[in-house]
Amino acid sequence: MALLEIEDLHASVGGHEILKGVNLTLNAGEVHSIMGPNGSGKSTLAAVLARRETYEVTRGRVLFDGKDLLEMKPEEAACEGVFLAFQYPVEIPGIGNAYFLRSALNAIRKHRGQEELDAMDFLPLYKERMKLLEMDDKLMNRSVNEGFSGGEKKRNEILQMAVLEPKLSILDETDSGLDIDALRIVAQGVNAMRSPERAFLVITHYQRLLNYITPDFVHVLVDGKIARSGGPELALELEEKGYGRAEVDAPEALPA
Amino acid sequence: MRTAARETGSEKAMATVTGRPNKYLEAYGELIALRQERDPVWLRQLRENGWTRFHAKGFPTTHDEDWRFTNLAALAKTPFQRVTKGSVAVSAQEIEKFRVPGAACQLVFVNGHFAPELSELGNLPKGLEICSLERAIDCGMIGAAPEGCAPEGIEQHLGRYADVRRDVFTALNTALWEDGGYLRIRRGAVIEQPIHLLYVSAGAGAEIMTHPRTLIVAEPTSHAAVIEDYVSIGSEAAFSNAVTELVAGQDAVVSHFLVERENLAAFNVSTLRLEQARGANVASHSILLGGGLVRNNVHPVLGGEGAECLINGLFVGAGRQHLDNYMLVEHAQPQCSSRQFYNGILDGHARGVFHGRIIVHKDAQKTDAKQTNRNLLLSDDARIDTKPQLEIHADDVKCTHGATIGQIEEEQLFYLRSRGIDEVSARNTLLYAFAAECLDRMHEPAAREFAEGLIRERLNELTRNRQAAASAAAAEEEAQNWEEVG
Repeated sequence: MALLEIEDLHASVGGHEILKGVNLTLNAGEVHSIMGPNGSGKSTLAAVLARRETYEVTRGRVLFDGKDLLEMKPEEAACEGVFLAFQYPVEIPGIGNAYFLRSALNAIRKHRGQEELDAMDFLPLYKERMKLLEMDDKLMNRSVNEGFSGGEKKRNEILQMAVLEPKLSILDETDSGLDIDALRIVAQGVNAMRSPERAFLVITHYQRLLNYITPDFVHVLVDGKIARSGGPELALELEEKGYGRAEVDAPEALPA
Repeated sequence: MRTAARETGSEKAMATVTGRPNKYLEAYGELIALRQERDPVWLRQLRENGWTRFHAKGFPTTHDEDWRFTNLAALAKTPFQRVTKGSVAVSAQEIEKFRVPGAACQLVFVNGHFAPELSELGNLPKGLEICSLERAIDCGMIGAAPEGCAPEGIEQHLGRYADVRRDVFTALNTALWEDGGYLRIRRGAVIEQPIHLLYVSAGAGAEIMTHPRTLIVAEPTSHAAVIEDYVSIGSEAAFSNAVTELVAGQDAVVSHFLVERENLAAFNVSTLRLEQARGANVASHSILLGGGLVRNNVHPVLGGEGAECLINGLFVGAGRQHLDNYMLVEHAQPQCSSRQFYNGILDGHARGVFHGRIIVHKDAQKTDAKQTNRNLLLSDDARIDTKPQLEIHADDVKCTHGATIGQIEEEQLFYLRSRGIDEVSARNTLLYAFAAECLDRMHEPAAREFAEGLIRERLNELTRNRQAAASAAAAEEEAQNWEEVG
């Protein structure tokens, strides 16, 4: 059984249809990359999968691990094992990073019928994963993302992923705005997580990230539909030739 | 005889103010009779000045700029009664849940009267003198002050800072006060644990009024934290009109906590008048969680060079609560700094007011004054009125103010939920984080922990009520659907 099955997915926001029939299947163990021009619907797809309520699904079906994902609330999807690394991670003043992440982990553990971790049990795991992401211990007790640099925010997303250990990780343009060093660290975090039980959906605008995270499949999203699919070589081709006709053909670009 | 004549005159005037038999006049008459042997002349004069002022002015209306957002009609028309000492019995067991863990000592007042049997004054830290104000006055009069009671400082300070001409409630308190705390922290003394003053309203079926009066004298270079805490036993409306004068000597460091957690029928007016000498560092923390109509006046006067003042507050209202915060910060000397931070959380039909007035006197050069008021409105019917008011008479000063009003941010809510945290917990977490900004400014561990517990409990209550309301609405809708089906 596939981990994620998307069939004929249509979604709109504020009356604008953005996804116009997406079909996509991910198996456990696979890394898929979604590329495409601005406004093609990449971030919308990520938001719908993370169950963001501002997007209305008008048609189609999404099964996650055999369950109807579209029936789930964001927290239910997260507990089932869906994780979204935000394109723009949110700052939450007044809530410490470690406290927040432990609350999240415990919510998920509770859902799975596992015992909750107290601060003493949690700390070693947290510190170990911080080391993997080459993050400063000092960030641990700071408020969530508050005053973080762009790179720190993105690394913090991957840190959360590494602690929560989701089955499906969706990376929404995690590479944008990262310097080479940060990019390498982020990729290192993702690669350390790759396993036969997990799948990744890597949304990116550029081929650059894929030098570090080699995908099994590359899909090109244009105007709310997958226009082409192929292997890693497709990303290189797109890098060289651009999105070509596809981009020109895309009607008015809506903010994704 | 002169007193009697004046009272008759007052009765007429007051009856027109309230349109009711005048319980205030009655109380004043009783008190004058009760205290005539025991009040020294200066105190009798003080009471008389207070009464004359109250009698002349009556309660303010919303035409008064300082009361624009707070309507006192309900307060004015309720015939609150004075309660005689010991008329309502409260057991130690009933008080137990209100104690502050880790407090150095506790003075308990029931319906405005000192309750020694409920208080805890054993093992007082060195350098702290504490007793009830009435006792201190009485001891001073008979020249037999027991150990721990130092009445000689009272005349010098009581009523010298809280001006009956400035505020009618201060005038009323000055006329009608019966008891309160008297604290003196000796020069250089460091009192590490907080001092707890607990004011209990226990109406036992009646609508009662109390006018607690407290004097805190922190001598030079002393260090202390005081918690003034208002609670109710029972559900009757009570009117508490408290005035506290806190005098901070040179380089003294004092924290004052006001905790309002009375029932939702309570009227509470609290006035904190801070007088700061050179280099004194005072923090006022207000935590308003309960009460029906609450007015919180904080009035520091930075009267010595280099004095610093932090005015920190959190108000959390729901239902029909009305929580009014009136700050008046006076910079009277150069090189002083004041910081005001107030956060409000309002749900239901609750209404909040933040009025932040800063006066910089002519000589107060290099003043650094800052004011921030942030508000979260959780419902469409909640309302906040926020008003900065800067009066600057010096030319080399830094004064800033800012206010924000917002809702819980959907972005933040989604972020938390996307990590597995359910919606109710996520909302609660965000509310708590907003409230915690105020907690972070409290530096006394025991007092902070106490405040944190109360705030958490209140926010959980808000969430529970919200859920109950949502499920009631859902049930009603379902019932309607069935009716339609039927």
